[in-house]
Amino acid sequence: MNERSEFISKHSVEPLYEVFVRSRRGLSHTHVGSLHAPDATMALRNARDVYTRRQEGVSIWVVRASDITASSPDEKDEFFDPAGDKVYRHPTFYEVPEGVEHL
Amino acid sequence: MNDLLEYTLRLGDDALIAAQRTGEWIAAAPQLEEDVALGNIGLDQLGQARSLLQYAGSLDGRTEDELAYFRDEREFRNLQLCELPNGDFAFAMARLLYFATYQHLLYDELRSCADETLAGVAGKAVKEVAYHVDHATQWVLRLGDGTEESHRRMQAALDALWPYTAEMFASDDVVRQLSVAVDPSTLEEEWTRRVTAVIDESTCERPTSSYQHSGGRSGRHTEHMGYLLAELQHVARSHPGATW
Repeated sequence: MNERSEFISKHSVEPLYEVFVRSRRGLSHTHVGSLHAPDATMALRNARDVYTRRQEGVSIWVVRASDITASSPDEKDEFFDPAGDKVYRHPTFYEVPEGVEHL
Repeated sequence: MNDLLEYTLRLGDDALIAAQRTGEWIAAAPQLEEDVALGNIGLDQLGQARSLLQYAGSLDGRTEDELAYFRDEREFRNLQLCELPNGDFAFAMARLLYFATYQHLLYDELRSCADETLAGVAGKAVKEVAYHVDHATQWVLRLGDGTEESHRRMQAALDALWPYTAEMFASDDVVRQLSVAVDPSTLEEEWTRRVTAVIDESTCERPTSSYQHSGGRSGRHTEHMGYLLAELQHVARSHPGATW
């Protein structure tokens, strides 16, 4: 942690917001980073200034980081490993009839 | 000096000097996000200044750089409001509220004027300054209606800058005679209405100062202007014609 981020984390009462931006051609909002702001309105404006100043997006979502329920790294094994050997869940067991183009 | 040149210099110098003060906030704002926000706002103002000074220069054979870097204090036509030194963050937001609200009303009128260049610059800038107004408004509301200390500072900033606001609306022969110019006295009522609405909501009191400074439009500036220009111009004057 550098001096500035240490200072901020010690003195800042501003919550952390996660920022999602939808690009001009994108269909969905994509996580681009996070920032501090006193409230959601300011978070949206900060996100506009920090993450869309080079025309990266046409729509922004912000959400308080503390409102996100996330899976825990400790639960990684039981959450994700069991899917590893279930190859039959992938749609790779079908013969594609000849002449079908857009499958 | 012809009226169109004089008028364009007023607009351009306001934007240039405002940009210089806004830029001074970069790396000194209360949070990283605000550094970037003020950097963006300063660059918007600088962009307006460049377009306007290029146009002014085209009217009398000078370049934008000659106008920005090689004029002396008495030749600058900006409002004193723009040149006052940065105080605390509340001061920066009070100034931005006063100035951007004025610019927004001005550019909104100017974009339908008969001069294509001025109308073009105004049409692009009006969206930029609308965001500056919003940014300043958000902070004035939060500081005014925040803690006891932030309220005190916000009120002090609004009060300190109020005596520099009448200069924005001063009318003279230049704006009255030049058909493409917006007579700023026509903007005052709406400006007062908008700024008062923000100040009221912020729980601050609208300042009521009777004394009003003036002089910027005729080249009479505050004691701070010389220091600002020294910083703005010194590299260009030390190394005339340098490129990189």
